[in-house]
Amino acid sequence: MSRNQLYVRGLRDSVPMLVGIAPFGIIFGTLAGVGGLSIWQAVSMSLFVYAGSAQFIVVSLMGAGASAVVILLTTFIVNLRHVLYSATLQPQVQGLPQRWRLLLAFWLTDETFAVVQRYYIVHGRTPLAHWYWLGVTSALYACWVSSSLVGVLFGQAVPNMASWGLEFAMLATFIGIVVPLLRNQPQIAAALAAGAVALMTGSLPYKLGLMAAAFSGIAVGVLLERRQLSNTQDTPSNEVHS
Amino acid sequence: MSYGWLILGMTAITFLMRYSLFAWPNLRFPPVVRQGLHYVPTAVLTAIVVPGMLLPDGEHWQLSLENAYLLAGIACIAIAAFTRNLLATIGGGLAVFFLLRWVLGQI
Repeated sequence: MSRNQLYVRGLRDSVPMLVGIAPFGIIFGTLAGVGGLSIWQAVSMSLFVYAGSAQFIVVSLMGAGASAVVILLTTFIVNLRHVLYSATLQPQVQGLPQRWRLLLAFWLTDETFAVVQRYYIVHGRTPLAHWYWLGVTSALYACWVSSSLVGVLFGQAVPNMASWGLEFAMLATFIGIVVPLLRNQPQIAAALAAGAVALMTGSLPYKLGLMAAAFSGIAVGVLLERRQLSNTQDTPSNEVHS
Repeated sequence: MSYGWLILGMTAITFLMRYSLFAWPNLRFPPVVRQGLHYVPTAVLTAIVVPGMLLPDGEHWQLSLENAYLLAGIACIAIAAFTRNLLATIGGGLAVFFLLRWVLGQI
């Protein structure tokens, strides 16, 4: 496929995500307006920070009058998972020029990661795959920024929109990404462990529990995968493990 | 500190984490790390979703039939498991969620 075809395919594959991102962007814009940010401040947060859940939490912190240190530390911890995304996709940016790596890093979000990672799993690494990545990520970015703007404007007109529960769109998106991944025991166990630890550590400050939960899930997945591997090596069989 | 500087700080922190490992594209990870990276999406996203369904306000458990986040979340899981279609999951889940909120008088 040519660059253009890959780019358009990326745009097309991002459409389902837009259904989830648009309501989430609208609710962010609404809350930012309620929290005392100007239109320009709310939109520039989406333009430059471009991290949905962190923006969401920070707006509520700003509304509560949290200090700058708390806000920046929260941003750091809530976004730490991007280091994991960066590590996961790192083999795919090998050989790409610096300007591509800078751009794709700036646009690396949960949703972009999910779509692009699935593409690489299905299609492997092809020389022009970064054009697909660019298509996905530019569509999601445009949607996030414009829906934030819509949210700020609507929020002024419809004051109680903040209580509609539009943030459920993010949960629906993530469920739609995760469930198809649960194809084998280690993945299911990783999800159960991460979910359980997230519930147990929910009271920790600054969303520290999120990282504790992520690492617990990863550890359980790896341990189970290794145990399964050593079992199959001990007892050779024709059974195919997916 | 003004909001402008805060936004700049958040931008720098977020970008540096996203760029962190792209800065060294030739770095190879040991096998155990590469294995672990396969579980990143599952672990991270589940850790966001589960508390979002059971503790919608971030603090209080809501194990009740009036919790639209929990019920619609379960509907999403069912739709995703049966259809494996992202658009159906997000669109269907949102429809169930707002229908529930309306029926329960929460909108």
